[in-house]
Amino acid sequence: MSREPVLIRYFAWVRERIGLSEERLALPETVKTAGDLVRWLSERGEAYAFAFEAPETIRVAVDQLHIEQDEPLGNAREIALFPPMTGG
Amino acid sequence: MNAATPRITVRVGPDDFDVGAEIDALQAGDPAVGAVTSFVGYCRDEGGRLSALELEYYPGMAEAEIGRVVSEAVARWPLLAVTVIHRGGRIKPGERIVLVVVSSSHRDAAFAACDYVMDFLKTRAPFWKKEHPADRSEGGWVEAKAHDDARAERWGDKG
Repeated sequence: MSREPVLIRYFAWVRERIGLSEERLALPETVKTAGDLVRWLSERGEAYAFAFEAPETIRVAVDQLHIEQDEPLGNAREIALFPPMTGG
Repeated sequence: MNAATPRITVRVGPDDFDVGAEIDALQAGDPAVGAVTSFVGYCRDEGGRLSALELEYYPGMAEAEIGRVVSEAVARWPLLAVTVIHRGGRIKPGERIVLVVVSSSHRDAAFAACDYVMDFLKTRAPFWKKEHPADRSEGGWVEAKAHDDARAERWGDKG
């Protein structure tokens, strides 16, 4: 059973390295946590490998809430991946 | 009744703000207010090296996350009102980036809450700064500072 496609959004240098601000992807069942998603995306090609070359630095938000990489994605409608924040 | 719900205002967008007007608005008409504290963050030129900063943000989540930080501050201190304004887009040295204004009956709560909101806004609100160098070379993204994490951690929250 494949899941519904999810809106994946990228910000800052993650967006620049991938060359996309968002895309809709059907995630395989093996992608259960935020960390699984980062690893799976990093295998989608050179640009993705570059964006996620230091996976531990990547922050993940599910439906606009921060989650840790070992937390489940659940039934996310929107997942965002971005570098540590530098606002203020 | 002194347990009125604090007035919370969060705005994110390209527009500048009037610091005096925002401070006055937090006091206006509320005789319970005894203290208003504020923080204004500006774009620096880093010793002449920068011509501008580009502030990217995650629309929707930026407002929501700032709102969550403010709600935590409201749960922690007896506040009367909080306003947070954070700008996005291209900002030049000398221009304002962020404003936090907090009102309370007493100054200790107002000072502490303003400090708290800024600390967690820095580490949790989804904004990213890109530098535009004055020499027109390709700019880089500002790196998160360990100092900002350490400041947030001193409040004892997970954040």
